[in-house]
Amino acid sequence: MKIREIATLLDAEVLCGEQMLEEEVQNACGSDMMSDVLAYVKDQGVLVTGLVNSQVIRTAMMMDMHCVVFVRNKRPSPEMVELAKENHIALLASESRMYEACGKLYQHGLGSEGC
Amino acid sequence: MAESLKFHFDVDGDNFTSAGAASVEVKRKLRQLGFPAEVIRRVSIAMYEGEINMVVHARGGVADVYVEPNCITIVLADQGPGIPDIDLAMQEGYSTAPDNIRALGFGAGMGLPNMKRYTDEMKIDTVLKKGTTVTMKVYI
Repeated sequence: MKIREIATLLDAEVLCGEQMLEEEVQNACGSDMMSDVLAYVKDQGVLVTGLVNSQVIRTAMMMDMHCVVFVRNKRPSPEMVELAKENHIALLASESRMYEACGKLYQHGLGSEGC
Repeated sequence: MAESLKFHFDVDGDNFTSAGAASVEVKRKLRQLGFPAEVIRRVSIAMYEGEINMVVHARGGVADVYVEPNCITIVLADQGPGIPDIDLAMQEGYSTAPDNIRALGFGAGMGLPNMKRYTDEMKIDTVLKKGTTVTMKVYI
């Protein structure tokens, strides 16, 4: 699935990483606990989270993730957006709740292998 | 890379926002040195969890990373309270982190288990009220 499709499906605003919207991602994981995210290594993932602090971006960096989706209309700080930009991570913000966001992405073929 | 390299970092214990900065730096350096992506990820995740632990439990500490052609060693040393029961601390889901840390996305009791999971060797030297040193090795 392309990052652009994720943004469309979740009616999400693209906060940074517009140049990455055509990139393909293979799988996603949804969690507010970063240690749980860190417990499973997987390539090119998407992180769906309702947590907003700089460790979300660092966790995505450690996992080589390409995209973070903030649910429940959570908004990252300018510092977080800057950190994401520097590290080539696209940030999306959606009003969807976690369950709904994960359900939509899963239904449209974004798997969860390893998450 | 013929000879070994050493990187040293001070981990600021008062700033949760900057926690992980040393791991990010190590990840960047290992990339420059051309290590395989999987090795880099294992090293940086293990070190990141360790850094978070030092900030959460021990008011920070120091991190030293030794890079050799066939092995990367991470040594994390703090002067925190020590770990009373290592076996218990190693259990997935066991945590003594306060609620405010859980609200930040950590404290799920996965830190030490993750560090062990991603490294080939892990040794914990701890003395109550004196501090803890965690040594981790990842072989190439």
